[in-house]
Amino acid sequence: MAVNEQKTGAENLIQALTELGVDTVFGYPGGAVLPIYDALFQQSVIKHVLVRHEQAAVHAAEGYARSTGKPGVVLVTSGPGATNAVTGITDALLDSIPVVVLTGQVATHLIGSDAFQECDTVGITRHCSKHNYLVKDPERLADIVHEAFHIATSGRPGPVVIDIPKDVQVARAGYRKRSALHNGYKLQLKGELKDIEAAVEMLAKAERPILYTGGGVINSGNGAAQLLRELARVTGAPVTSTLMGLGAFPAASPQWLGMLGMHGTYEANMAMNECDLMLCIGARFDDRVTGRLDAFSPNSKKIHIDIDRSSINKNVKADLGIVGDVGHVLEDMLKIWKARAHKAVDQKAWFAKIDAWRTKDSLGFRQTGKEILPQYAIQRLYEATKAKAPIITTEVGQHQMWAAQHFHFESPRKWLTSGGLGTMGYGLPAAIGAQMGNPRALVIDIAGEASILMNIQEMSTAIQYRLPVKVFVLNNEYMGMVRQWQQLTYESRYSESYSEALPDFVKLAEAYGWKGIRIEDVDGLDAGIAEMLAYDGPVFVDCRVAKLENCFPMIPSGAAHTEMLLNSSDVKGELDEDAQALV
Amino acid sequence: MRDLGPIRRHTLAITVDNESGVLAKIVGLFSARGYNIESLTVADITETHDVSRITIVTSGSQEVIDQIEAQLDRLVTVHKVSDLTELGPHVEREMALLKVTGGGDKRLEAMRLADIYRARVVDSTIESFIFEITGSTEKVNTFIALMREVGLVEVARGGVVAISRGKDPS
Repeated sequence: MAVNEQKTGAENLIQALTELGVDTVFGYPGGAVLPIYDALFQQSVIKHVLVRHEQAAVHAAEGYARSTGKPGVVLVTSGPGATNAVTGITDALLDSIPVVVLTGQVATHLIGSDAFQECDTVGITRHCSKHNYLVKDPERLADIVHEAFHIATSGRPGPVVIDIPKDVQVARAGYRKRSALHNGYKLQLKGELKDIEAAVEMLAKAERPILYTGGGVINSGNGAAQLLRELARVTGAPVTSTLMGLGAFPAASPQWLGMLGMHGTYEANMAMNECDLMLCIGARFDDRVTGRLDAFSPNSKKIHIDIDRSSINKNVKADLGIVGDVGHVLEDMLKIWKARAHKAVDQKAWFAKIDAWRTKDSLGFRQTGKEILPQYAIQRLYEATKAKAPIITTEVGQHQMWAAQHFHFESPRKWLTSGGLGTMGYGLPAAIGAQMGNPRALVIDIAGEASILMNIQEMSTAIQYRLPVKVFVLNNEYMGMVRQWQQLTYESRYSESYSEALPDFVKLAEAYGWKGIRIEDVDGLDAGIAEMLAYDGPVFVDCRVAKLENCFPMIPSGAAHTEMLLNSSDVKGELDEDAQALV
Repeated sequence: MRDLGPIRRHTLAITVDNESGVLAKIVGLFSARGYNIESLTVADITETHDVSRITIVTSGSQEVIDQIEAQLDRLVTVHKVSDLTELGPHVEREMALLKVTGGGDKRLEAMRLADIYRARVVDSTIESFIFEITGSTEKVNTFIALMREVGLVEVARGGVVAISRGKDPS
């Protein structure tokens, strides 16, 4: 092929994205990506969503990825475009979300000269991405894009960054597509058979088993969630989940214990504490889940299934570790279980214990008077929308935990939240991404008045693309989780946690072209929710709730599962200095 | 805190794709997760210059070492991680260059010690020597300590390289 018949780097990039099935890119233009934006302009397969801040582009891509199962794609410029994306990239790393981030870079001959809008993008993102590339050779661009998608979506998924200098975008080069530039990249999907057999035998003998599931079940694909249901059916074991795994197992099942961990249910945490066999499936024993490690489930045998070998024995020693993809391992477990004709062990005594813990009604609350309790608002929102199986996104804080506790999920990919990094400002852009990927779905961002302000500018994006996302703010005029910790740990010295000088959210929504609704008290709650649902377009609901409500149950940092606080009367108001040092 | 067991020194051999940023990724992994690097060497080892071998000496309990190995192993650019200390007998060598100055008895003593330690003279002036010594880290340490007494002014050390004994590659 003659040189002038070869395509430019930007055109090769678009061709690679198209071949990879990309239909949506979230981005923001700038000097160092102009050739790519020009190539985008001249095609019609890939839709570009113009966000209002690059952090939001990554969260939107995460929302798209989590809700559809396809990788999210981001396109931003060099320098500030890339640095603004860093929070989103880190968020995707901690929650194992497949995202490919394309960043512009100054021309190769300018790299290292402190050029305008230059930053060391591969240096900055080296430790917050699963992998990254600086494309120096135009001939390798298409190869790299194909490999990047493979790496982002396979194994333990994560964000991959491709930094593309402007001269590489312009240079003409051949188009190749290999997806194995790095032959050291290993994938282990199938678990070791002898370990899986051992796991089946342990499970078959357990008297007090528990399935502790996480985001890995969802990442493994919808088949894995089905296999989990089947495993729960044949073993009869109770099931709990991390924040990231909600929806993998149906909340309506009598075997469902609710979420575990710091704000998990009493029954889930007590069952973790007293089980004799813990089967951890695609979760990673995060500190929010385990509480104090030396008191964590002291008398159980632990089996850990994870696709990432480094997750096994990282925080909690597993008696049996199985490296493999959740779906593959569960499939083998079920085959062996059935081939050996195992029957579920009689767990009457175990469930009697669980039922006794359930009578604590640890998520209980009493809605009295006109002032809306935030838990009640979520309960009513759930009742009003459950038939539509909505996609729920959240910001970070009390509202997030209340949503995890009081909104119930029957299927995967309906619950999108920032679990690992805990990024305020995640919910609105994630809702935009989810709505792009699921145009007919009802998508609701359950938010707090403080978090929503961190990416409020994305209201513009929603209106531009006519995305009917709903934002439901539980407005208590506090950074509620910060305030709650200050009440518990610092004798109620509310240092800087009051949301001073809030905007009028209804007027703000209207200024952006959204519908704004304010719900003042219990009498207006159901009507306000109904009005939100009836409107065919984006709606912002400012739901005023009780200001000082705390999120219970709660295991304070560094405490054991058995030291759970169930309500305010358990709160002493101060923690010792060792506990204060923990987050 | 959990009792993580006794802390031991381990020598890891890591083969990686020879491309820019790989060393930074590995060193960054150690610093980000609070692991210790006592020695690090790296060089390209294939005819085609596409694979490098990194030797890292670190220390930690067995659990920490296992975790380091697992963390390294999941990096896209890492081909293989071998814990030579766990794998069994292996040879470890370090090289150092020492500049020693002075005259008279001290100069003679330096020569004598160098001879005992099988260090070679690779450069000499009327007032100075440069010795090259190869051996275990311990031997190099001892030689450097002795040379301090007889006019050592500068040391350059290469860090540990290691390889397993026997016919099989590690």
